[in-house]
Amino acid sequence: MNSLIVILVRYCICTDSTEKLSLLFEGGMKCRRAELTRYRLCPIRPPRNQWYATLIEDSKCGLINRKFAETVYRLKVPRRNFCADGASTAPSSKCGPPGYDAKVGHYDVAIVGGGMVGMALACSLASMPLTKHLNVAIIDSNPALSGRFCIKKEDPPDPRVSTVTPATISLFKEIGAWKYVEQHRHAYFDKMQVWDYTGLGYTRYNARDVNKEVLGCVVENRVLHNSLLSCLQNAEFQKTIYPSRLLNLHLNSSSARVDSTSSGLPLHGQGPSVKLDLIDGGSLYAKLVVGADGSKSRVRELAGFKTTGWNYSQNAIICTVKHSVENQCAWQRFLPAGPIALLPMDDKFSNIVWTMNPNEANDRRVMQEDDFVKDVNNALDYGYGPHPKSSMFGNGGILSWLKADVTSANELFEVPPKVVNLTSDRLVFPLSLMHANNYASNHVALIGDSAHTVHPLAGQGVNLGFGDAFALSRVIAEGIAVGTDIGEVSLMRKYEAERKAANIAMMAVLDGFQKAYSVDFGPLNILRAAAFHGAHYISPLKRSIISYASGEQKLPLFF
Amino acid sequence: MASKLTNRLRALYTATNQHRILSSHTGAQTAFLFSSSRLASDVPSLSNPSSAPPPQIPQSVKTSSAPSSLNQNELAKFAAIAETWWNSEGPFKPLHAINPTRLAFIRSTLCRHFGRDQYSPKPFEGLKFVDVGCGGGILSEPLARMGATVTGVDAVEKNINIARLHADLDPSTSTIEYCCTTAEKLVEEQRTFDAVIALEVIEHVANPAEFCKSLATLTVSNGATVISTINRSMRAYATAIIAAEYLLHWLPKGTHQWSSFLTPEELVLILQRASVSVKEMAGFVFNPLTGRWSLSDDIGVNFIAFGTKNS
Ligand SMILES: Cc1cc2nc3c(=O)[nH]c(=O)nc-3n(C[C@H](O)[C@H](O)[C@H](O)COP(=O)(O)OP(=O)(O)OC[C@H]3O[C@@H](n4cnc5c(N)ncnc54)[C@H](O)[C@@H]3O)c2cc1C
Ligand SMILES: C[S@@+](CC[C@H](N)C(=O)[O-])C[C@H]1O[C@@H](n2cnc3c(N)ncnc32)[C@H](O)[C@@H]1O
Repeated sequence: MNSLIVILVRYCICTDSTEKLSLLFEGGMKCRRAELTRYRLCPIRPPRNQWYATLIEDSKCGLINRKFAETVYRLKVPRRNFCADGASTAPSSKCGPPGYDAKVGHYDVAIVGGGMVGMALACSLASMPLTKHLNVAIIDSNPALSGRFCIKKEDPPDPRVSTVTPATISLFKEIGAWKYVEQHRHAYFDKMQVWDYTGLGYTRYNARDVNKEVLGCVVENRVLHNSLLSCLQNAEFQKTIYPSRLLNLHLNSSSARVDSTSSGLPLHGQGPSVKLDLIDGGSLYAKLVVGADGSKSRVRELAGFKTTGWNYSQNAIICTVKHSVENQCAWQRFLPAGPIALLPMDDKFSNIVWTMNPNEANDRRVMQEDDFVKDVNNALDYGYGPHPKSSMFGNGGILSWLKADVTSANELFEVPPKVVNLTSDRLVFPLSLMHANNYASNHVALIGDSAHTVHPLAGQGVNLGFGDAFALSRVIAEGIAVGTDIGEVSLMRKYEAERKAANIAMMAVLDGFQKAYSVDFGPLNILRAAAFHGAHYISPLKRSIISYASGEQKLPLFF
Repeated sequence: MASKLTNRLRALYTATNQHRILSSHTGAQTAFLFSSSRLASDVPSLSNPSSAPPPQIPQSVKTSSAPSSLNQNELAKFAAIAETWWNSEGPFKPLHAINPTRLAFIRSTLCRHFGRDQYSPKPFEGLKFVDVGCGGGILSEPLARMGATVTGVDAVEKNINIARLHADLDPSTSTIEYCCTTAEKLVEEQRTFDAVIALEVIEHVANPAEFCKSLATLTVSNGATVISTINRSMRAYATAIIAAEYLLHWLPKGTHQWSSFLTPEELVLILQRASVSVKEMAGFVFNPLTGRWSLSDDIGVNFIAFGTKNS
């Protein structure tokens, strides 16, 4: 079982799980849902068609963008053009419509950290009718946010990539960011083969098994980031980019609760907002501070969230490689010291994520390129053990009666395309797991790596972060719909409850995976192999693995 | 649900219209139930005098010749715990917990009634609302954030002071006009509002029928009236009083008196007599697994009604 769960690791993200969970609970209550829908809040987004209509309108609105840039009355940084679309942006303070009362330096939301996840939150807020009026500050000194930053299609791919799941893709489409991804290098894949070094089993997944076009898409992190930036620039949205870093937070604890004072009249403090001090000496106020500032989150530290975590004594090497033919499948082979993954990257490129012990990793990072390529090809072929024999439990075997209409069950084991040469540096990362015990307190929420880090294995971490960003923006929209103060702790706890469940499930899977495969023990290997075969031939099971892996289903049947 | 409710109500109306005697009997019974002369054993005692300041009778509202909705015993209970209005873990925890759910009902019904955009962050812009029995402003503030021009009134001066201080913390709520007064006084002043909202108040007033009349008079013609309260059912007794006050200690003991609760049918009737037609009703149910409230067609314990003032 463990190993079956393990298979999920590479592609599993559970984006919508808790939503379904709570529906389930509510469904158990006495209410009849059909009748209730009338009272439910309006969906956060208008119906699709209407939505697309707005999108089209928005994209036609270069005028509006210009108008926005012009209403800026205090420029912090000179205007710069961004390459993706040439739209101008001006890091500015407040540029709201006249009459909108907000003091300079006062925001609804301050996003600390404009990485992929922080930008996804900003885009999501900009895209929803209930949140697009919010006045948002983004604090990040990363020059990519305020400087000119072009990615040319001819450039070889960066080794930092993410495997985005179909769930993430549809969220990107909803906020209008996917069209920018599609302008850059990206590689959809619809096939996946997982096998191990013992030669006892293999599994091939096919998007067709779940009536899907794709299983996922491999995209460079910088492309994802840049696309979100373009998306935000083209949105009609009050955003201010502070090219600085957070130094300190003044959390105003009294706003949550009215305390009795000797005068008999409660309340003190400066209102329901948090003051943020920046390292450049500036400061701002926000009703909600979102920590999207990565694994070493300053927000997490300042808000006093504790973390749980551990390091694995393993490292991952990542790099970009070139083949002589196009690779269109995602490959993963479990080796004694950890898995090696080969992800398609378009234009005959692939990305390698190879987990091993730290000494090996250091050796392989500095060894001659030719030797490294030889090691990679070996690891993806006959190294460490034979090819799996499909006849082992195969077509005529004990499980064949279970075989249903799953097309890929008939697909034979394949050997991945050979690597010809390296096209990037080899980067080494330690594997670690960190989880914040809380994601939310009064006026503060954590998203992305600041709340949880998983190892960069096959680029999964960021899907969890995107899940956080979209869930948080949805919760904020729900709060606004009923007039809640967006920093209110009860609202933030709703976000926390929703995401914690999803993230912990994922992390448990990753951790279980890590443990299962660091043991090289005969009987366990055979079990693993049997599990592969099970997954290969029992179609309902396999279907559920794929849907879990692609972020659509809460948990697989057997979990 | 609406149709079920309508049927039930229609049956009730027909019954009452056909049998005048029954109707007046119901009326008499209602009046009896809500008369201020309650059995001595019903008179609440404050549960925890040590932690709360001594109860004080609100000084601010002078008795006038007009029929008063004030029930001094009830008001003393609220005055005693006024400091805790905004402590979401304090005595008013249930109101905080239920707030998003009842606001969802209000948003949904009033947006439809006033033809407002469900996707707007401020759908009530330009509408005048009054929150009668606003307490510390738990409901007034979200209504103001949703764009309404809100007047909050409460008979307890301490509540109004707390409400003012809290609203001033946020520019989007500092526009709320808070007054220590009653619905009857507003009627005397000939104030009118697009929507008149009194949530969890009617079970604490001296004469619910008169109170509803005042609410109706405050509502412009074709305006909206929204009322929520606790049902006078055995289940409500078990959950709202025994569980909330005695077992879970959500509410101070003595907060509610079962005999002063209205059934949904009674509420609809007294509103009808005040020329407000109830258009929609929903119940609130608590899910112990998620700790959240949701709307339901089960009006057995807590319920909320939306009606419109006949023109
Ligand atoms: C070096 C490196 C390589 C990685 N490689 C991969 C990979 O190959 N595949 C993969 O899937 N995942 C990889 N990851 C993990 C992946 O990048 C994360 O899961 C993902 O980037 C999380 O996004 P995030 O926005 O939450 O955090 P980050 O991407 O870490 O972004 C945090 C942002 O916050 C800013 N910031 C930090 N502190 C402050 C402060 N005090 N004030 C203001 N701003 C601040 C930073 O400048 C940064 O822009 C890698 C991570 C690192 C650090
Ligand atoms: C249970 S609280 C409800 C508060 C608020 N409506 C809410 O739901 O959040 C009842 C409030 O009604 C007030 N009240 C009771 N009788 C009143 C009356 N006759 N006129 C005005 N307010 C009254 C009390 O002071 C108290 O603040």
